[in-house]
Amino acid sequence: MVEALMPKDLASALDLLEKNECLLFAGGTDLMVQKRSWSETIPKFDKPVMFLSGIKQLGHIIDHPNHISIGAMVTLENLLVSDLTPKLLKRCIAEMAAPGIRNLATLAGNIGNASPAGDSLPVLYVLDAMVKIQSKSDSRLVNIADYIIGPRQTILAPNEMITEIQIPKRYFTNESFVKVGPRRSDTIAKLSLAGVASIENAVVTEIRIAFGAVYKTIVRDKLIEASLSGKSPSALRELVPEIIDKYSKLIVPIDDQRSSAQYRHQVSLNLLADFIRSL
Amino acid sequence: MAKIDFVLNGKKTVADCHPAMRLLDYLRTEAKLTGVKEGCGEGECGACSVLLDHKVANSCMVPMANVMGKEVITIEGFRDTQKFKVLEKAFQEAGAVQCGICTPGMIIASESLLNVNPHPTDDEIRIALSGNLCRCTGYNMIVEAVLQAAREGEGLW
Repeated sequence: MVEALMPKDLASALDLLEKNECLLFAGGTDLMVQKRSWSETIPKFDKPVMFLSGIKQLGHIIDHPNHISIGAMVTLENLLVSDLTPKLLKRCIAEMAAPGIRNLATLAGNIGNASPAGDSLPVLYVLDAMVKIQSKSDSRLVNIADYIIGPRQTILAPNEMITEIQIPKRYFTNESFVKVGPRRSDTIAKLSLAGVASIENAVVTEIRIAFGAVYKTIVRDKLIEASLSGKSPSALRELVPEIIDKYSKLIVPIDDQRSSAQYRHQVSLNLLADFIRSL
Repeated sequence: MAKIDFVLNGKKTVADCHPAMRLLDYLRTEAKLTGVKEGCGEGECGACSVLLDHKVANSCMVPMANVMGKEVITIEGFRDTQKFKVLEKAFQEAGAVQCGICTPGMIIASESLLNVNPHPTDDEIRIALSGNLCRCTGYNMIVEAVLQAAREGEGLW
Protein backbone atom coordinates (compact mmCIF):
# COMPACT_ATOMS: atom_id res chain seq x y z
CA MET A 1 0.00 0.00 0.00
CA VAL A 2 1.26 3.43 -0.94
CA GLU A 3 2.69 5.68 1.72
CA ALA A 4 0.65 8.76 2.57
CA LEU A 5 2.01 11.98 4.01
CA MET A 6 -0.20 14.51 5.75
CA PRO A 7 1.87 17.60 6.61
CA LYS A 8 0.25 20.13 8.94
CA ASP A 9 2.06 23.20 7.62
CA LEU A 10 3.94 24.44 4.58
CA ALA A 11 7.40 24.16 6.13
CA SER A 12 6.98 20.48 6.93
CA ALA A 13 5.46 19.82 3.50
CA LEU A 14 8.48 21.38 1.77
CA ASP A 15 10.79 19.51 4.12
CA LEU A 16 9.15 16.20 3.24
CA LEU A 17 9.38 17.00 -0.47
CA GLU A 18 13.18 17.21 -0.19
CA LYS A 19 13.29 13.56 0.85
CA ASN A 20 10.33 12.02 -0.95
CA GLU A 21 9.11 12.16 -4.51
CA CYS A 22 5.40 12.59 -3.97
CA LEU A 23 2.18 12.94 -5.83
CA LEU A 24 0.78 16.26 -4.63
CA PHE A 25 -2.87 15.95 -3.70
CA ALA A 26 -5.02 19.08 -3.25
CA GLY A 27 -8.78 18.73 -3.83
CA GLY A 28 -8.25 15.41 -5.56
CA THR A 29 -11.14 15.67 -8.01
CA ASP A 30 -8.88 14.76 -10.93
CA LEU A 31 -6.62 12.32 -9.09
CA MET A 32 -9.43 10.33 -7.49
CA VAL A 33 -10.78 9.63 -10.97
CA GLN A 34 -7.41 9.04 -12.65
CA LYS A 35 -6.25 6.67 -9.90
CA ARG A 36 -9.64 5.14 -9.28
CA SER A 37 -9.73 1.46 -8.45
CA TRP A 38 -12.61 -0.93 -7.76
CA SER A 39 -15.36 0.22 -5.47
CA GLU A 40 -14.42 -0.23 -1.79
CA THR A 41 -10.70 -0.43 -2.58
CA ILE A 42 -7.99 2.18 -2.12
CA PRO A 43 -7.23 4.28 -5.22
CA LYS A 44 -4.06 3.06 -6.97
CA PHE A 45 -1.42 5.72 -6.52
CA ASP A 46 1.96 4.84 -7.99
CA LYS A 47 4.04 6.91 -5.61
CA PRO A 48 3.70 8.30 -2.10
CA VAL A 49 0.85 10.78 -1.86
CA MET A 50 1.14 14.06 -0.02
CA PHE A 51 -2.26 15.31 1.10
CA LEU A 52 -2.12 19.10 1.32
CA SER A 53 -5.50 19.75 2.90
CA GLY A 54 -4.00 20.12 6.39
CA ILE A 55 -1.94 23.14 5.33
CA LYS A 56 -4.07 26.02 6.54
CA GLN A 57 -1.79 28.80 5.28
CA LEU A 58 -2.64 28.02 1.63
CA GLY A 59 -6.31 28.98 1.96
CA HIS A 60 -5.94 32.73 1.39
CA ILE A 61 -7.35 35.11 -1.19
CA ILE A 62 -5.51 38.41 -0.73
CA ASP A 63 -6.00 41.76 -2.42
CA HIS A 64 -2.64 43.35 -3.29
CA PRO A 65 -2.27 46.73 -5.02
CA ASN A 66 -1.42 45.21 -8.40
CA HIS A 67 -2.61 41.64 -8.18
CA ILE A 68 -4.71 39.24 -6.19
CA SER A 69 -3.08 36.17 -4.74
CA ILE A 70 -4.93 32.91 -4.42
CA GLY A 71 -3.57 30.23 -2.10
CA ALA A 72 -3.06 26.77 -3.54
CA MET A 73 -5.82 25.23 -1.41
CA VAL A 74 -8.50 27.80 -2.28
CA THR A 75 -11.42 25.92 -3.80
CA LEU A 76 -13.27 26.88 -6.96
CA GLU A 77 -16.40 27.56 -4.92
CA ASN A 78 -14.39 29.91 -2.63
CA LEU A 79 -13.41 31.83 -5.77
CA LEU A 80 -16.95 31.85 -7.10
CA VAL A 81 -18.22 33.66 -3.99
CA SER A 82 -15.24 35.96 -3.39
CA ASP A 83 -15.51 39.64 -4.38
CA LEU A 84 -11.82 39.61 -5.25
CA THR A 85 -12.02 37.04 -8.03
CA PRO A 86 -11.70 38.54 -11.54
CA LYS A 87 -15.06 38.52 -13.32
CA LEU A 88 -13.87 36.46 -16.26
CA LEU A 89 -12.44 33.78 -13.98
CA LYS A 90 -15.76 33.64 -12.12
CA ARG A 91 -17.65 33.24 -15.35
CA CYS A 92 -15.41 30.32 -16.24
CA ILE A 93 -15.60 28.68 -12.81
CA ALA A 94 -19.40 28.86 -12.94
CA GLU A 95 -19.17 26.45 -15.89
CA MET A 96 -16.72 24.08 -14.21
CA ALA A 97 -18.02 20.77 -12.88
CA ALA A 98 -20.82 21.18 -10.33
CA PRO A 99 -21.09 22.45 -6.72
CA GLY A 100 -20.13 19.10 -5.13
CA ILE A 101 -16.84 19.16 -7.04
CA ARG A 102 -16.26 22.92 -6.93
CA ASN A 103 -16.36 22.69 -3.12
CA LEU A 104 -13.36 20.33 -3.29
CA ALA A 105 -11.40 21.26 -6.42
CA THR A 106 -8.72 23.93 -6.34
CA LEU A 107 -7.49 26.39 -8.97
CA ALA A 108 -3.90 25.31 -8.28
CA GLY A 109 -4.96 21.72 -8.92
CA ASN A 110 -6.44 22.63 -12.29
CA ILE A 111 -3.07 24.18 -13.18
CA GLY A 112 -1.01 21.35 -11.69
CA ASN A 113 -3.05 18.74 -13.54
CA ALA A 114 -2.09 20.57 -16.75
CA SER A 115 -4.78 19.00 -18.89
CA PRO A 116 -5.07 20.63 -22.34
CA ALA A 117 -8.80 20.77 -21.55
CA GLY A 118 -8.37 22.35 -18.09
CA ASP A 119 -11.27 24.79 -17.96
CA SER A 120 -9.61 27.61 -16.06
CA LEU A 121 -6.45 27.60 -18.16
CA PRO A 122 -7.46 29.72 -21.19
CA VAL A 123 -8.74 32.38 -18.79
CA LEU A 124 -5.59 32.26 -16.67
CA TYR A 125 -3.50 32.54 -19.87
CA VAL A 126 -5.26 35.71 -21.06
CA LEU A 127 -5.08 37.19 -17.57
CA ASP A 128 -1.32 36.48 -17.53
CA ALA A 129 -1.61 34.58 -14.25
CA MET A 130 1.63 33.86 -12.43
CA VAL A 131 2.29 30.60 -10.61
CA LYS A 132 4.27 30.80 -7.40
CA ILE A 133 6.37 27.69 -6.86
CA GLN A 134 8.19 26.97 -3.64
CA SER A 135 10.77 24.48 -2.49
CA LYS A 136 12.43 24.31 0.90
CA SER A 137 15.21 26.69 -0.15
CA ASP A 138 13.78 28.60 -3.08
CA SER A 139 10.73 30.35 -4.46
CA ARG A 140 10.00 31.39 -8.03
CA LEU A 141 7.21 33.10 -9.89
CA VAL A 142 6.47 31.80 -13.39
CA ASN A 143 3.96 32.85 -16.02
CA ILE A 144 1.38 30.11 -16.45
CA ALA A 145 2.30 29.79 -20.14
CA ASP A 146 5.85 28.86 -19.12
CA TYR A 147 4.69 26.63 -16.27
CA ILE A 148 2.77 24.15 -18.45
CA ILE A 149 4.95 22.54 -21.11
CA GLY A 150 2.78 19.72 -22.44
CA PRO A 151 -0.23 17.54 -21.73
CA ARG A 152 0.04 16.87 -17.97
CA GLN A 153 3.62 18.12 -18.05
CA THR A 154 4.87 21.08 -16.07
CA ILE A 155 8.21 22.49 -15.02
CA LEU A 156 7.56 21.59 -11.36
CA ALA A 157 10.60 19.86 -9.86
CA PRO A 158 10.04 16.92 -7.48
CA ASN A 159 10.96 19.04 -4.45
CA GLU A 160 8.62 21.90 -5.38
CA MET A 161 4.94 22.69 -5.05
CA ILE A 162 2.56 25.42 -6.21
CA THR A 163 1.75 27.60 -3.23
CA GLU A 164 -0.07 30.50 -4.83
CA ILE A 165 -1.56 31.87 -8.04
CA GLN A 166 -1.17 35.59 -8.68
CA ILE A 167 -3.52 37.33 -11.08
CA PRO A 168 -2.57 40.84 -12.19
CA LYS A 169 -5.33 43.40 -11.79
CA ARG A 170 -6.25 44.65 -15.21
CA TYR A 171 -9.43 46.20 -16.50
CA PHE A 172 -10.54 45.14 -19.96
CA THR A 173 -13.45 46.70 -21.81
CA ASN A 174 -14.29 43.38 -23.45
CA GLU A 175 -14.13 39.92 -21.93
CA SER A 176 -15.36 36.63 -23.22
CA PHE A 177 -15.22 32.98 -22.23
CA VAL A 178 -16.96 30.27 -24.18
CA LYS A 179 -16.83 26.59 -23.31
CA VAL A 180 -18.26 24.08 -25.75
CA GLY A 181 -19.42 20.83 -24.20
CA PRO A 182 -22.33 18.40 -24.37
CA ARG A 183 -23.97 19.74 -21.22
CA ARG A 184 -23.63 22.76 -18.98
CA SER A 185 -22.26 21.14 -15.86
CA ASP A 186 -19.99 18.22 -15.04
CA THR A 187 -18.56 18.23 -18.50
CA ILE A 188 -15.08 18.26 -19.96
CA ALA A 189 -14.72 20.84 -22.71
CA LYS A 190 -14.63 19.82 -26.33
CA LEU A 191 -12.94 23.18 -26.79
CA SER A 192 -12.97 26.62 -25.25
CA LEU A 193 -11.95 30.19 -25.96
CA ALA A 194 -11.07 33.07 -23.67
CA GLY A 195 -10.64 36.55 -25.05
CA VAL A 196 -10.03 39.97 -23.52
CA ALA A 197 -9.53 43.33 -25.16
CA SER A 198 -9.28 46.99 -24.29
CA ILE A 199 -10.83 49.54 -26.58
CA GLU A 200 -10.01 53.20 -26.05
CA ASN A 201 -11.21 55.96 -28.38
CA ALA A 202 -12.32 53.40 -30.92
CA VAL A 203 -8.90 51.75 -31.01
CA VAL A 204 -8.15 48.26 -29.76
CA THR A 205 -5.16 48.99 -27.57
CA GLU A 206 -4.71 45.44 -26.40
CA ILE A 207 -6.14 42.06 -27.25
CA ARG A 208 -5.44 38.60 -25.87
CA ILE A 209 -6.91 35.33 -27.07
CA ALA A 210 -6.43 31.79 -25.75
CA PHE A 211 -7.83 28.49 -26.98
CA GLY A 212 -8.38 25.41 -24.82
CA ALA A 213 -8.44 21.71 -25.77
CA VAL A 214 -7.19 22.25 -29.32
CA TYR A 215 -3.47 21.55 -28.87
CA LYS A 216 -1.02 19.94 -26.43
CA THR A 217 -1.15 23.08 -24.33
CA ILE A 218 -3.36 26.16 -24.33
CA VAL A 219 -2.80 28.16 -27.53
CA ARG A 220 -1.96 31.82 -27.12
CA ASP A 221 0.17 33.78 -29.58
CA LYS A 222 1.49 37.16 -28.46
CA LEU A 223 2.87 38.04 -31.90
CA ILE A 224 -0.54 37.71 -33.54
CA GLU A 225 -2.07 39.65 -30.65
CA ALA A 226 0.47 42.47 -31.14
CA SER A 227 -0.35 42.61 -34.84
CA LEU A 228 -4.03 43.10 -34.00
CA SER A 229 -3.67 45.92 -31.52
CA GLY A 230 -3.68 49.55 -32.60
CA LYS A 231 -6.48 48.91 -35.06
CA SER A 232 -10.11 49.91 -34.82
CA PRO A 233 -12.75 47.25 -34.14
CA SER A 234 -14.15 47.77 -37.63
CA ALA A 235 -10.70 47.31 -39.19
CA LEU A 236 -10.36 44.06 -37.24
CA ARG A 237 -13.73 42.90 -38.48
CA GLU A 238 -12.50 43.40 -42.03
CA LEU A 239 -9.45 41.30 -41.17
CA VAL A 240 -11.36 38.32 -39.76
CA PRO A 241 -10.43 35.98 -42.68
CA GLU A 242 -6.73 36.76 -42.25
CA ILE A 243 -6.91 36.44 -38.46
CA ILE A 244 -8.59 33.07 -38.83
CA ASP A 245 -5.87 32.04 -41.24
CA LYS A 246 -3.13 32.97 -38.77
CA TYR A 247 -4.66 31.05 -35.87
CA SER A 248 -5.75 28.15 -38.05
CA LYS A 249 -2.16 26.86 -38.23
CA LEU A 250 -1.80 26.92 -34.44
CA ILE A 251 -4.99 25.01 -33.75
CA VAL A 252 -4.03 21.37 -34.10
CA PRO A 253 -6.58 19.37 -32.10
CA ILE A 254 -6.96 15.62 -31.75
CA ASP A 255 -9.83 13.20 -32.28
CA ASP A 256 -10.98 11.64 -29.02
CA GLN A 257 -14.13 10.35 -27.34
CA ARG A 258 -15.33 13.89 -26.68
CA SER A 259 -15.04 15.41 -30.13
CA SER A 260 -13.32 15.25 -33.50
CA ALA A 261 -10.29 17.26 -34.59
CA GLN A 262 -12.27 18.73 -37.46
CA TYR A 263 -15.12 19.92 -35.23
CA ARG A 264 -12.72 21.41 -32.69
CA HIS A 265 -10.76 23.22 -35.38
CA GLN A 266 -13.80 24.67 -37.09
CA VAL A 267 -15.68 25.70 -33.96
CA SER A 268 -12.59 27.32 -32.38
CA LEU A 269 -12.19 29.50 -35.45
CA ASN A 270 -15.92 30.32 -35.42
CA LEU A 271 -15.61 31.43 -31.80
CA LEU A 272 -12.54 33.48 -32.70
CA ALA A 273 -14.49 35.24 -35.45
CA ASP A 274 -17.39 35.82 -33.02
CA PHE A 275 -15.04 37.38 -30.48
CA ILE A 276 -13.42 39.71 -33.03
CA ARG A 277 -16.82 40.73 -34.39
CA SER A 278 -18.09 41.40 -30.85
CA LEU A 279 -15.50 44.13 -30.26
CA MET B 1 -3.01 3.43 8.17
CA ALA B 2 -3.78 6.63 9.99
CA LYS B 3 -6.11 7.96 12.61
CA ILE B 4 -8.50 10.51 11.13
CA ASP B 5 -10.34 12.71 13.62
CA PHE B 6 -13.55 14.22 12.37
CA VAL B 7 -17.16 14.78 13.30
CA LEU B 8 -19.67 12.43 11.69
CA ASN B 9 -23.33 13.30 12.01
CA GLY B 10 -22.61 15.28 15.16
CA LYS B 11 -20.42 12.64 16.83
CA LYS B 12 -16.68 12.92 17.34
CA THR B 13 -15.22 10.07 15.35
CA VAL B 14 -11.77 8.57 14.92
CA ALA B 15 -11.44 6.57 11.74
CA ASP B 16 -8.58 4.08 11.69
CA CYS B 17 -8.07 3.70 7.98
CA HIS B 18 -5.83 4.31 4.99
CA PRO B 19 -5.72 8.08 4.33
CA ALA B 20 -6.54 7.47 0.66
CA MET B 21 -9.68 5.47 1.47
CA ARG B 22 -12.68 7.13 -0.11
CA LEU B 23 -15.03 8.82 2.33
CA LEU B 24 -17.83 7.07 0.42
CA ASP B 25 -16.40 3.64 1.27
CA TYR B 26 -15.79 4.59 4.89
CA LEU B 27 -19.37 5.75 5.26
CA ARG B 28 -20.92 2.71 3.63
CA THR B 29 -18.68 -0.10 4.89
CA GLU B 30 -17.30 1.12 8.23
CA ALA B 31 -19.99 3.50 9.47
CA LYS B 32 -22.80 1.50 7.81
CA LEU B 33 -24.41 4.66 6.52
CA THR B 34 -25.87 3.33 3.31
CA GLY B 35 -28.01 6.34 2.48
CA VAL B 36 -24.88 7.48 0.67
CA LYS B 37 -24.95 5.74 -2.71
CA GLU B 38 -22.25 4.97 -5.21
CA GLY B 39 -23.54 5.76 -8.66
CA CYS B 40 -20.71 6.54 -11.02
CA GLY B 41 -17.75 6.70 -8.64
CA GLU B 42 -16.23 9.58 -10.58
CA GLY B 43 -18.05 12.72 -9.55
CA GLU B 44 -20.63 12.80 -12.31
CA CYS B 45 -23.85 11.70 -10.63
CA GLY B 46 -24.01 13.13 -7.10
CA ALA B 47 -25.60 10.02 -5.54
CA CYS B 48 -22.74 10.00 -2.98
CA SER B 49 -23.26 13.64 -1.93
CA VAL B 50 -22.60 14.51 1.70
CA LEU B 51 -22.20 17.80 3.52
CA LEU B 52 -18.53 18.47 4.19
CA ASP B 53 -18.30 21.45 6.51
CA HIS B 54 -21.91 22.20 5.53
CA LYS B 55 -21.21 22.27 1.79
CA VAL B 56 -22.21 19.59 -0.68
CA ALA B 57 -19.33 17.34 -1.74
CA ASN B 58 -19.05 14.15 -3.77
CA SER B 59 -17.82 11.62 -1.20
CA CYS B 60 -16.44 9.36 -3.95
CA MET B 61 -13.78 11.99 -4.61
CA VAL B 62 -12.81 12.70 -1.00
CA PRO B 63 -10.01 10.66 0.55
CA MET B 64 -10.23 10.25 4.33
CA ALA B 65 -7.08 12.38 4.66
CA ASN B 66 -9.11 15.38 3.49
CA VAL B 67 -11.77 14.76 6.13
CA MET B 68 -9.35 15.34 9.01
CA GLY B 69 -10.74 17.98 11.37
CA LYS B 70 -13.89 18.47 9.32
CA GLU B 71 -17.56 17.83 9.84
CA VAL B 72 -19.41 15.31 7.70
CA ILE B 73 -23.20 15.10 7.61
CA THR B 74 -24.92 12.33 5.67
CA ILE B 75 -28.61 11.96 4.96
CA GLU B 76 -28.85 9.84 8.15
CA GLY B 77 -27.57 12.76 10.23
CA PHE B 78 -29.59 15.35 8.39
CA ARG B 79 -32.89 13.49 8.73
CA ASP B 80 -33.26 14.41 12.40
CA THR B 81 -33.55 18.09 11.59
CA GLN B 82 -36.58 20.28 11.05
CA LYS B 83 -35.14 21.34 7.71
CA PHE B 84 -35.13 17.73 6.56
CA LYS B 85 -38.79 17.37 7.48
CA VAL B 86 -39.69 20.39 5.36
CA LEU B 87 -37.67 19.04 2.42
CA GLU B 88 -39.10 15.54 2.89
CA LYS B 89 -42.69 16.79 2.79
CA ALA B 90 -41.99 18.99 -0.23
CA PHE B 91 -40.27 16.14 -2.12
CA GLN B 92 -43.21 13.85 -1.37
CA GLU B 93 -45.87 16.34 -2.35
CA ALA B 94 -44.16 17.50 -5.53
CA GLY B 95 -43.58 13.94 -6.71
CA ALA B 96 -39.83 14.50 -6.62
CA VAL B 97 -39.05 10.92 -5.62
CA GLN B 98 -39.51 7.92 -7.87
CA CYS B 99 -36.91 5.16 -7.60
CA GLY B 100 -35.17 7.12 -4.84
CA ILE B 101 -31.51 6.39 -5.50
CA CYS B 102 -30.66 10.02 -6.24
CA THR B 103 -32.86 11.37 -3.45
CA PRO B 104 -30.35 11.45 -0.55
CA GLY B 105 -27.95 13.36 -2.81
CA MET B 106 -30.69 15.68 -4.03
CA ILE B 107 -31.73 16.48 -0.46
CA ILE B 108 -28.11 17.11 0.59
CA ALA B 109 -27.48 19.37 -2.42
CA SER B 110 -30.74 21.24 -1.70
CA GLU B 111 -29.72 21.76 1.92
CA SER B 112 -26.30 23.04 0.79
CA LEU B 113 -28.06 25.57 -1.43
CA LEU B 114 -30.72 26.69 1.06
CA ASN B 115 -28.05 27.10 3.71
CA VAL B 116 -26.49 29.99 1.78
CA ASN B 117 -29.49 31.03 -0.29
CA PRO B 118 -32.84 30.58 1.52
CA HIS B 119 -34.86 32.04 -1.37
CA PRO B 120 -33.38 30.56 -4.53
CA THR B 121 -34.75 31.13 -8.00
CA ASP B 122 -35.62 28.29 -10.34
CA ASP B 123 -32.31 28.81 -12.15
CA GLU B 124 -30.28 28.90 -8.93
CA ILE B 125 -31.84 25.58 -7.91
CA ARG B 126 -30.97 24.02 -11.26
CA ILE B 127 -27.36 25.18 -10.88
CA ALA B 128 -27.18 23.91 -7.29
CA LEU B 129 -28.50 20.50 -8.34
CA SER B 130 -26.54 20.36 -11.58
CA GLY B 131 -24.17 17.74 -10.20
CA ASN B 132 -26.99 15.39 -9.22
CA LEU B 133 -28.46 13.12 -11.85
CA CYS B 134 -32.00 11.75 -11.69
CA ARG B 135 -33.13 9.26 -14.31
CA CYS B 136 -36.80 9.20 -13.27
CA THR B 137 -38.38 12.54 -12.58
CA GLY B 138 -37.19 14.81 -15.35
CA TYR B 139 -36.02 17.28 -12.67
CA ASN B 140 -38.97 19.66 -12.82
CA MET B 141 -40.63 18.05 -9.81
CA ILE B 142 -37.39 18.22 -7.86
CA VAL B 143 -37.00 21.92 -8.64
CA GLU B 144 -40.64 22.41 -7.61
CA ALA B 145 -39.95 20.57 -4.36
CA VAL B 146 -37.02 22.83 -3.47
CA LEU B 147 -39.09 25.93 -4.27
CA GLN B 148 -41.87 24.59 -2.04
CA ALA B 149 -39.43 23.76 0.76
CA ALA B 150 -37.98 27.28 0.59
CA ARG B 151 -41.52 28.71 0.89
CA GLU B 152 -42.75 26.41 3.62
CA GLY B 153 -39.50 26.44 5.54
CA GLU B 154 -39.46 30.24 5.73
CA GLY B 155 -37.21 31.25 8.63
CA LEU B 156 -35.57 27.84 8.98
CA TRP B 157 -32.68 28.58 6.65
